[in-house]
Amino acid sequence: MGFKMQPMTVPEPAPGKDQLFTPEIRAEIDRWIAKYPAEWKQSALMAALVAVQDADTDNNPGWLSQKDLDDVAHYLDLPPIAVYEVATFYSMYELKPVGRHKICVCTNVSCMACGSDEIVSHLEGKLGIKLGQTTEDGHYTLKEVECLGACGGAPMFQIGKQYYENLTPDRVDEILDGLE
Amino acid sequence: MTEESTITIEVDGRALKAAPGAMLIDVCDAAGIHIPRFCYHRKLSLSANCRMCLVEVEKVPRPLPACVTPVNDGMKVTTNSPMAVEAQKGAMEFLLINHPLDCPICDQGGECELQDVALGYGSDASRYAEAKRVVADPDIGPLVATDLTRCIHCTRCVRFGAEIAGIRELGATGRGDHMTIGTYVEHAMGSELAGNVIDLCPVGALTSKPFRFQARAWEMVQRDGIAAHDGVGSNVHYHLRRDQILRVHPKDNEAVNECWLSDRDRFSYQALSAADRLLKPLVKQGGEWRETDWQSALEAAAQGLAQARGDDGNQLGGLLSPSASLEELYLAKKLMRGLGSANLDHRLRQADFRGDPPKVPWLGGPIAELEEQDLVVIIGANPRKDQPLLGHRIRKAAMKGAEVVYFNPLKLDLNYRAAQWVANPRDWVLEVANLAKAAGVRKGVVNKIKVADHHKELFKRLKAADKALVLVGDLAMGHPDYGLLRCLAAQVAEAAGARLGFLTPGANGVGAALLGVTPGEGGLDAQAMLAEPRKGYLLLGIDPGFDLENPAQGLNALMKAECVVALSSFRSPDLETVADVILPLAAAPESAGTFFNIEGTQQGFNGAAPPAGEARPGWKILRVLGNLMNLGGFDFNTPLQVRDEALGMLGDAAPDNGFEPDPALELTLPEAELLRIGELPIYSVDPMVRRAPALQATADAQDAAYLRLNPEDAKRLGFTAGDRITVSQPQARKAVFEARPDPAVPQGAVALCTAIPGSQALAGRFGEVTLEKA
Repeated sequence: MGFKMQPMTVPEPAPGKDQLFTPEIRAEIDRWIAKYPAEWKQSALMAALVAVQDADTDNNPGWLSQKDLDDVAHYLDLPPIAVYEVATFYSMYELKPVGRHKICVCTNVSCMACGSDEIVSHLEGKLGIKLGQTTEDGHYTLKEVECLGACGGAPMFQIGKQYYENLTPDRVDEILDGLE
Repeated sequence: MTEESTITIEVDGRALKAAPGAMLIDVCDAAGIHIPRFCYHRKLSLSANCRMCLVEVEKVPRPLPACVTPVNDGMKVTTNSPMAVEAQKGAMEFLLINHPLDCPICDQGGECELQDVALGYGSDASRYAEAKRVVADPDIGPLVATDLTRCIHCTRCVRFGAEIAGIRELGATGRGDHMTIGTYVEHAMGSELAGNVIDLCPVGALTSKPFRFQARAWEMVQRDGIAAHDGVGSNVHYHLRRDQILRVHPKDNEAVNECWLSDRDRFSYQALSAADRLLKPLVKQGGEWRETDWQSALEAAAQGLAQARGDDGNQLGGLLSPSASLEELYLAKKLMRGLGSANLDHRLRQADFRGDPPKVPWLGGPIAELEEQDLVVIIGANPRKDQPLLGHRIRKAAMKGAEVVYFNPLKLDLNYRAAQWVANPRDWVLEVANLAKAAGVRKGVVNKIKVADHHKELFKRLKAADKALVLVGDLAMGHPDYGLLRCLAAQVAEAAGARLGFLTPGANGVGAALLGVTPGEGGLDAQAMLAEPRKGYLLLGIDPGFDLENPAQGLNALMKAECVVALSSFRSPDLETVADVILPLAAAPESAGTFFNIEGTQQGFNGAAPPAGEARPGWKILRVLGNLMNLGGFDFNTPLQVRDEALGMLGDAAPDNGFEPDPALELTLPEAELLRIGELPIYSVDPMVRRAPALQATADAQDAAYLRLNPEDAKRLGFTAGDRITVSQPQARKAVFEARPDPAVPQGAVALCTAIPGSQALAGRFGEVTLEKA
């Protein structure tokens, strides 16, 4: 039996957890910890990273700084590398600052067949950035993502937590104009 | 394996017996049927990610990985059917897609698992024409070099960290094509077993930093040996080219070191070519050191000792390294006894010799049984650093659910969960006394204390435990109340029906005790022969500034002596100050000898390399010295003759921790504002280890140089991290160290290691210290 079957943990819980994050974030992480057996705090890792990324921890929400990752490790009594592994594996965790609006354009099979290339080139032209870049004013980040499970409404993108489907260049303009 | 519990499977037409549920790869390995593999390792968890071990199983339509396929009765397996071979070739082709073709400049070339398997399963040309992946190489410390472009993501090193080393340092970050092995945030590996990833890595991604680019596997010869830096006595292979040891690998021995090796045993060979290696005999004439020939040096030594002795043999004292071989110790003892001296000792770092000593202290049981314990109480030791592979066995017990409780004067950085009862060096003894009182001891020190509930509960658990062990280690031995601590520990073990064990010093502590390298009738022990200076001393394999419990007192006594004869592999300023003759001694890998390891196993070894310069094996030097001094019985021609005579003298003597506890022993360590804790750091244990540059560059060695004290004490005294602090101890010179506040040190204590540069000026390992800003 190896470390995949056993909860991963540091030998000794570190003190000072009440100094981490905000009471709201701690409550949110605790809510997730409570869903699993007590020794499996590790199971709350992904949810904890989401909670910390979404919150305004360092006046720059939407991404996880090195300190955020280490704080999550500290809070969940995990070796830091275990947090780095998860945070670098999933594409929805941002490890560099992102714009206020993160536009995640699906370019997977269904969207591509329905014209995601046109959506991407329209967005790139409109915002003056390439996929993977952030506008200079820090308003928009353009990101290419894999299937978000909304093939019925292809082509689509996601801004924040909102899905926008059946996109056309005009519809894209309308959506972006509606953003702050 | 009884008949009912075995099943029969068929592999490549051969019928094999197997335990139900065993993995196919293990069954095939046992039968000598080779299945290629990269990620599988018998000591690590199964991950089945390399897909190299795919085999065909009858009635299964697809190939199965042998490492995670449990055997079933009647299973028919083919490891070389067209389907299996096609699958294996496919796996190989994928593994080689991103693997660079840099074998000619790769350190692993010639002993690479990927290279070997590619020969059998790879294609002569690649169909892959696209760009290969390139990965930046992080610096993970002075021991392990990285070339991660070569990594095939088997994750053996990652699993090793989590499962064996107990600290997850390496991980697999990123995903898919971007996955890399590394620490993510660059930092050095801190494990004392880190070097094992070099052996585990099937390719050249993780290689030995001190060894790299020095030789090819096929240029070297392999000779066996026994590691000489702790009581484990790890079995090793020395790899030599042109008679020079270039690296050390573990040799499998399940009962001793399994397939592992501590970094200390792996990299200490570097010291064999240290700049201050002693290559010729040295004699001091008129205060000046002169290189001379063996004959004059030995004559000077014999004459010096004879003069210092005069008519009284007890004017001589012998201080012998507990890591010297049985043969060396035997002849040194014979020499000293022949000269009429009863002053002989190997317990050089022990502070207190009160009370009846254990007959022949040892671990108390086999090393392999450590991992089967239910409860281990450890008094004054840090096995993780003191004897890393014993620490590993204790960790295994803890991972299986054993309770481990530490009584120490400072908090340890452990790699498993354990209770640590920490108190300053004086209260620590009382903590152990508390446990003894809970065990029903009523006489002596325990009278003055009130037993706490948690001690009672611990004793109850200790008594109830099926397999319980009380271990006493180096920190306890260095304490001025060791006699008392030992007595309390023995009483606790006795009352609980637990086994008692001693973590004995050096590579041959048990051998030295068996031989009786201890004071004879009316003789002086290691402390006493320095407290009451002798006229002549014989030093074997030690550096008096580093290897004595109280170096200030020791150097002083040696300084005053008329004649000090030292057998040493190295020059050192302290040795050159106090000695009169220094005879170049072959180091352990250069000499034949015998060690009794901590579990009492006799392990013999031959010299793997010729001694450097004119150095000679200790037994030869002592033989000639004995003959020159006209003592009878020194006519040996081979080390085997010495060994046989020594073993003959031992007869059927066996390790035995039995002794008569003396309840009248008092607590002698006085209360003081600040008491020193003189830990023996992992990379300071003997002259060889202290001269291995790679080991000295590790965090373990560098951190040992600091004076650590509790942040509260630091605040009270006005010290901050980085302050230069002058340390004074009674009867010692002052020394300056850099302060580092550390909550692991209890209030009222100062952790200041022994055997580190600067500590030669200081006195005992425990006792009062005064600090002031330099």
